[in-house]
Amino acid sequence: MKPAPFDYIAASSVAEAARARADSDYSVLLAGGQSLIPTMNFRLAQPDVVIDLSRVSELRTLEVDHSWVRVAAMVTQQKTELDPAVKAANPLIAETLARVAHPAIRSRGTVAGSIAHADGAAELPALLTTLDGEVTAVSSRGSRTISAEDLFEFHLTTTLEEDELISEVRFPVLAPGAGYAFDEFARRHGDFALAGVCVALTLQDGNCESIAIGACGIGSRPVRLREAEAALMGGTINDEEIAAAQEAARGYVTTETDMTTTQAYRRHLLAGLVGRTVRTAAARARGGE
Amino acid sequence: MFGESIKRKEDPRLLRGEGSYVDDIDMPGALHAAFLRSPAARARITSIDTTVAAAMPGVVKIYTADDLGDLDMDLPLLIPHPSMRPKTQRPLARDDVFYVGQAIAMVVATDRYLAEDAAGAIDFELDNLAVELGLDAALAPDAPVVHEDLGDNLAADLVMNEGDPDGAFERADHIVEIEVTVDRSTAAPMECRAIAARFDRLTGDLLVYDTTQAPISIRGGLASILDLDEDRVRVIAPDVGGGFGQKVMQFYPDELLVPLAAIELDRPVKFTEDRTENFISSNHERTQIHRIKLAAMNDGEVIGLVDSLVHDTGAFIPYGIAVAQVAASVIGGPYRIPNIGTHLKCVYTPTVPVSPYRGAGRPHACFALERAMDQLALDLGLDRWEIRRRNLIAADEFPYHREGLIFATGTPVIMDSGEYHESLDKLEEAIDVAGFEAKRAEAMAEGKYLGLGLGFYVEVTGVGPYEGGQIRVHPITGKVYVNTGLTGQGQGHETVYAQIVSDVLSCSVDDVIVTEGDTGVFDWGVATFASRAAVVSGSAIHKSAKLVREQIIEAAANMLESSAEDIVLEDGKAFVNGVPDRPVGFAAIATASNPLRYSFSESSQVATQFAPASQHDGPPLAEGAHPGLEATDYFSPEQDTWASGVHAAIVEIDPVTLDINIDRYVLVHDCGRMINPAIVEGQISGGVASGMGGAFYERINYDDDGNLTNASFMEFLMPYATEVPHMEMHHLETPSPLNPLGMKGVGEAGTIPVAQVIASAIDDALSHLGTSPILHVPTSPSMIHEKLVEAGHLVEE
Amino acid sequence: MALTDASNTVNVELKVNGKAVNADVDPRLLLSDYLRHELRLTGTHVGCEQGVCGCCTVHIDGHPARSCLTLVGQLDGSEIRTVEDLAGADGQLHVVQEAFHNNHALQCGFCTPGFLMSIVGHIEHEENPDLSDEGIRDAISGNLCRCTGYQNIVSAVREAIEGSDR
Repeated sequence: MKPAPFDYIAASSVAEAARARADSDYSVLLAGGQSLIPTMNFRLAQPDVVIDLSRVSELRTLEVDHSWVRVAAMVTQQKTELDPAVKAANPLIAETLARVAHPAIRSRGTVAGSIAHADGAAELPALLTTLDGEVTAVSSRGSRTISAEDLFEFHLTTTLEEDELISEVRFPVLAPGAGYAFDEFARRHGDFALAGVCVALTLQDGNCESIAIGACGIGSRPVRLREAEAALMGGTINDEEIAAAQEAARGYVTTETDMTTTQAYRRHLLAGLVGRTVRTAAARARGGE
Repeated sequence: MFGESIKRKEDPRLLRGEGSYVDDIDMPGALHAAFLRSPAARARITSIDTTVAAAMPGVVKIYTADDLGDLDMDLPLLIPHPSMRPKTQRPLARDDVFYVGQAIAMVVATDRYLAEDAAGAIDFELDNLAVELGLDAALAPDAPVVHEDLGDNLAADLVMNEGDPDGAFERADHIVEIEVTVDRSTAAPMECRAIAARFDRLTGDLLVYDTTQAPISIRGGLASILDLDEDRVRVIAPDVGGGFGQKVMQFYPDELLVPLAAIELDRPVKFTEDRTENFISSNHERTQIHRIKLAAMNDGEVIGLVDSLVHDTGAFIPYGIAVAQVAASVIGGPYRIPNIGTHLKCVYTPTVPVSPYRGAGRPHACFALERAMDQLALDLGLDRWEIRRRNLIAADEFPYHREGLIFATGTPVIMDSGEYHESLDKLEEAIDVAGFEAKRAEAMAEGKYLGLGLGFYVEVTGVGPYEGGQIRVHPITGKVYVNTGLTGQGQGHETVYAQIVSDVLSCSVDDVIVTEGDTGVFDWGVATFASRAAVVSGSAIHKSAKLVREQIIEAAANMLESSAEDIVLEDGKAFVNGVPDRPVGFAAIATASNPLRYSFSESSQVATQFAPASQHDGPPLAEGAHPGLEATDYFSPEQDTWASGVHAAIVEIDPVTLDINIDRYVLVHDCGRMINPAIVEGQISGGVASGMGGAFYERINYDDDGNLTNASFMEFLMPYATEVPHMEMHHLETPSPLNPLGMKGVGEAGTIPVAQVIASAIDDALSHLGTSPILHVPTSPSMIHEKLVEAGHLVEE
Repeated sequence: MALTDASNTVNVELKVNGKAVNADVDPRLLLSDYLRHELRLTGTHVGCEQGVCGCCTVHIDGHPARSCLTLVGQLDGSEIRTVEDLAGADGQLHVVQEAFHNNHALQCGFCTPGFLMSIVGHIEHEENPDLSDEGIRDAISGNLCRCTGYQNIVSAVREAIEGSDR
């Protein structure tokens, strides 16, 4: 299959892209294209206008400051994954990115593109949700910040307005000594996960001082497993607490039984992954790694 | 060279990106086709309007059934059988559509992008009809029917019996009865199907490049359907990116419509399927339900088998009952079971038609039989290896006759040779069955589930009717040209045929050039299927090479003024025994064997230094002789060759993901004498990977409305390297008595037992938890989860 | 591939296998089709147009990427390398090609160019490539092969890594 015809706009600045976005009824933004172009090849997406961001040099910055890892819209997943400063500031980002598709996809695919695509089974929306990250949305009307919690609405749907584009994705820097882990299970290496779990936590004197657990693949959007977090908060992350967290996690699965996977299996899998990731994260926080 | 793992001759061009696959063939000015395909499984077409689409940029012509004239007809039934009520499809749907993906219209435009634009703009309406996709339900009296005039969905019904199965069940001590299901899959060759055609109005020549496994048959069909002189039609299967059976099906609608358009529009026309089309319109395989019963004595001896199988043939049955009949005829497997009853039913469902895919019924039969053998072992408290040992046909029992069962080619089942016991013993030792329980206990202590599984299989190969080999020695270069009618899709034919010829003629493999699949070069033969190329074409080429060897020796003897017995062939040259420093090369011999008027090559200068190549009176070319060094011979096997093998795996199940990790995969395989062991191992390895797909990953999912819901590589889980185990391979080489080189086929072998091996290993890992056996493949972590819940091991709210 | 809608074209400057190319193309033209049908570099194959099979893998600015998921219009100023550029000017096969030949790591050859480009990229970028069976399988897991069962590809990768002067 080949893409259907479209009007093509090679934007040279964010402002120009935003203007083009405002001027058209049905436009899409082309960053790396690794999610968009398959849907266009299959003619599932037949936009009137494609706004290509490849010439927008201001969108190629990757910066780390005290609070944030700032990933501009055209920064690839591979660049983010391999950047030493990013790894030092928040190692969970690289650990998660390593599980996104395959190197030949990550070399073109962008972080912002995956966030904007908002696939409920994708890793990066779950990562942003777990870390309480945020994005900058730009339009010709101005710009605003949208938190991860408010961004993902439904499978392949965000709360971005039709004239907005994401110019930057921001992940918080992890606190020193924080524990973290990402794990997922896909039937085949590199596929979208049947379930994936992201964990970040901190310990104070051996007790869980803060914890965030997020998951992908279990519903129409990335989900924070708040009850599982609550089961671990303040405790020592012992077997009993982990079992309680696992039990609490099961209820978050909303993906229905489909032709290949039962909902019950997904619950079993999610609970198991919560156990594994929490143990890994706790061990890392305790300096076990 | 025979028996050596030499490097392949075809590799360098493929590695450099210089292969010539159909879509790579440059046809300047070519038009490109795209199809409008049915979005509904079973529906009445109430209107088609191409007006808007026809006016779109680049569109040259849009074909619907109304534009096909005499070609608006049922496509050929390839393999008729009296048990059938056959239906084949039309090139383009008329009135009705029968599956999602069926071609309704063909757009021909200046490029594929524009052709797709126009195909999407064709206005049509469908009136959807009721469908039933379940096989048993489709056979029920009130089921919606695919073909209304048949009244029901029964496509074929055949009973074949060997011995007295009823009697065996009456006197049996113990009866095992299970039902197994193998789900639908597809060959998914990496290269989708493609066809390109060019017609020359001045000469009347039609040139067709086709990814087919059967170019000679395509040529014959095109000539007869398009009413062309057969000799004016040339079909070439160039480099082909995998076939696995899907490309032996003919005629796909495009194989007829693209040449038709090239003739009518007087422009080259190309069509290359995209991956979606390959899923929804190129043939599938696999779905069968077997209800199998074994009659056994208390010592484990199996005295009878009854198998009732239901086979999904899809919406049409162009390839006949081949897949179902293969399954029925090999259901006895490697075991000495004297009484066998089979009953097969083929069922029409509103889905993509079914024709052979790697294994073609053998994997289904193996899964049914071997699952039943495992169950019997369990019931009788016997070891799974031991029960097989007690029933395997012994080496001295061959040829083993089971002539009440007829294979899909029409030949009765007569198994030629095998060393089944030795295979089993060798594997038992290689995978260390004796040490396994200790390993299992160790793993169990760490909370891991470890299981050992095995599966024995036989593979009918090397089937008739015949193939040919033509060999010519080129008079200028002395290179040896080998032509055969069947085709390669990656099996390494260019190399293995060259090995055979190089041995017979004593010349370098590098100087043997093999061409296959080009009707302009050689047009007698059948096709590539049923693991037959090495056995049948290989034997024909071997015979031809021997004839050419005689010609070389006779001519060389004349030229060197010696006697034939004294001529030695070595490295592409002939010399008199003891006089290697006065050789005559093949080029000069070939030149001298051709009475020429003109001399223009170095070899003709050389040839004149010797005596004439032929000693006879009369005209330059003796009566009955032909110029040059050339021979064509044919091989027509009297029976099929039966390869065999046994695989085992140690599988670990992850308690969280319920995924399997294969710790060891070990196999013993016997395909008779191996021409090139590296190529044999490559075939087995690829087969096992396909088998892994069928065991655990690949399933074509149709929903209740007949929509194929996973028609992409994203959702049809063909394994990557990370999902395929490392295989440890051991070989036996029990020669077949049926051909001079003792060969048997190998192409499908690897695939056959894998589902059984994996199911058997998973069962073994989990049975202590009380799970029921795996009787349905491909299985999955989710299905394993269901079994654990069912057994009460996992509690589910 | 002469796309007829000339009113809506995009102009890009590229380097393909070291040669400068100026392309004036329909914006919907995929890099895979451009390479195959306009530049006649038919070694790059198309297997799924979805990024899953890896047959169309080329290098874009030194990194393996799917040519079927890239529009030519996105590539202004980019350098593209295809399988045709792997062998040396003297015809000598690249060490990875040689290793494939030595290990019978290809059968039908259709997926092979994509594997070669992925593996060459892996070897060029990975400072300490994992030579274990599992590590190599991970590294090639973005490419599908239906013929070989991967075993000999794994052997070829190992031989290529061990044999390349990195």
